[in-house]
Amino acid sequence: MTVMQAPTYRRAEYHGFDAGGSDFVYLVSAGAIFEIDTDVRAVLDRLDGQELTHAALVRELVAEGRAAEEADGLVRELRQARLIHLGHAMPVAQVPQAPPADFPLQALVLNVTNQCNLACTYCYEFGADKIATPAGKPKYMTLDTAMASVDLLIAEAVGRKSVHITFFGGETLMNFKLLRDVVAYANHATAAAGKAITYSLTTNATLLTPEIVTFLSDNRVGVTVSMDGPPEVQDKHRVYKNGKGSYAVIEPRLRTLIAHHKTRAITARVTLTEGVTDVVRIFRHLKDDLGFHEVGFAPVTTGEERAYSLDGNGMDSVLAQFNSLADEWLEYALRGESHGFTNVSETISELISGVNKSHPCGAGLGLMGVSPSGDLSPCHRFTDADTHTMGHVSSGIDRAKQGEFLAKGHVEAKYDCQSCWARPLCAGGCHHEAFVRYGDTGHANLHYCDWIRQWTDTCLRIYGVLSVRNPGFLERFVERKGLS
Amino acid sequence: MKHLRAINKKAQRIDEAVTQMEAAAAPNADMEEDVVALQQAPRPHVPMGCSLSFSPGWEVDASGGTAGLCQPVERDIYDCYVTCFWPVQVPDHVNYSPDWASNCATATKDWRSLDLVFP
Repeated sequence: MTVMQAPTYRRAEYHGFDAGGSDFVYLVSAGAIFEIDTDVRAVLDRLDGQELTHAALVRELVAEGRAAEEADGLVRELRQARLIHLGHAMPVAQVPQAPPADFPLQALVLNVTNQCNLACTYCYEFGADKIATPAGKPKYMTLDTAMASVDLLIAEAVGRKSVHITFFGGETLMNFKLLRDVVAYANHATAAAGKAITYSLTTNATLLTPEIVTFLSDNRVGVTVSMDGPPEVQDKHRVYKNGKGSYAVIEPRLRTLIAHHKTRAITARVTLTEGVTDVVRIFRHLKDDLGFHEVGFAPVTTGEERAYSLDGNGMDSVLAQFNSLADEWLEYALRGESHGFTNVSETISELISGVNKSHPCGAGLGLMGVSPSGDLSPCHRFTDADTHTMGHVSSGIDRAKQGEFLAKGHVEAKYDCQSCWARPLCAGGCHHEAFVRYGDTGHANLHYCDWIRQWTDTCLRIYGVLSVRNPGFLERFVERKGLS
Repeated sequence: MKHLRAINKKAQRIDEAVTQMEAAAAPNADMEEDVVALQQAPRPHVPMGCSLSFSPGWEVDASGGTAGLCQPVERDIYDCYVTCFWPVQVPDHVNYSPDWASNCATATKDWRSLDLVFP
């Protein structure tokens, strides 16, 4: 015999936090952030660990001195915003929805060469965890392949007003001549197609010359420099094949770059490894001594434990330092200044929009990598890996393989993510990291879940404080980052 | 909204949606919900097909097939017939079709002998 019961309210999935003297909720089903008042707090507290019928909930709210109509309106508002659900109105878990099959391409990462003049010990392209199978394939991209890439990008960017090309390697500047020719071709081709185009490039900075810097500035090519910090830190892993460190070579070149490239932000991208965890000192050096506009950090990607892997203790120390830089970021923001710690800026951008990701990033969706031979792959981290080829610039995108990759990578296909409040932003994390770590691009990156949640919480608190004490900064941030 | 302050774009969209809902709703719309199917608590944990209640063990076997079921799949129809309150899946054996299953003694073997019933 089934007993019919009156439906009851329960709380939706949210992450609550306080900041700047106010209470907030991050609503997981939407990626929405609300500042809540004490009335909302009262409802959420009442529904903590228990369910109440509408009548009972209203009765309790009235008993606390609210007018019945007021209590009713409060409950109605929370229900409509889906911060609380009425019993059986709980949304049923959806089957992962595939993105539209004709999702337009937005960006290509051209691996203009898979050769590099450095031999960084942790490199995912050459190190112990490499998945690339470059044997017998071209080492340098030809102009024909690059032009075919541009044509493919334009053809597949249906409906987009603007497209983007990132130049990547190997060491990108080992094929600078191609880069120059591609930019000329792409400027022309996109103009003919009525689209705008932007460029960026990642380099180790060893081959920068004043002429190259002028070219990059003139063509508004955003530059990211892979480097690890001050001399002794940089030279620990970022070495030439003979073991010689690279700091002395890049330092004067960086100064030229930062002094003369005026059209786009110059970013440093630091790889954190065992023994390279002095985040604050590295940040200070890159930002204050060298003058980078933005500095971002990421822990090295490794499969099994390597000598250079970061262990849990290393990551905890990193996160503690991330937090102290995050505090600085907030202080700057409260004064209306920009700080330059990319890891905060990026998360804040996503929080402003309220992203709710089906996939951790655009890999295989709006973005693809192109190997020197013209093979397409989900992103630059998969280039030249036979296991992840996703078509060719001459024959187009292999839709079957793309579909398979995206189905696997969908956050709703990742069981472990379903109970995590940070999934709208994380969506399981980097496909490549998952493949290296677990042998499956669709595996959630369980080794950093706790850090992701802590970091997301830190950034939510920053966001909350700003929304109370300097909302104008967030508005200007939107404009500066072109998020609107 | 009165109690929630939207502070990011997604929240603002929810705010707009709620405002629209409020504008469209009747002023004293009933906040209590009707009684509907499947609302009992705890909610059934079984897959929802044509039937509301299942005896475990005869949908799929441990390997996901039907070869090793602990009850024959044909048992399904009797379960609807005998134990389920759902009124439409099998003939009314009390009033109109008391004999509809009399030719079928062993469901695993002769379920094809179940009568068709034309009301």
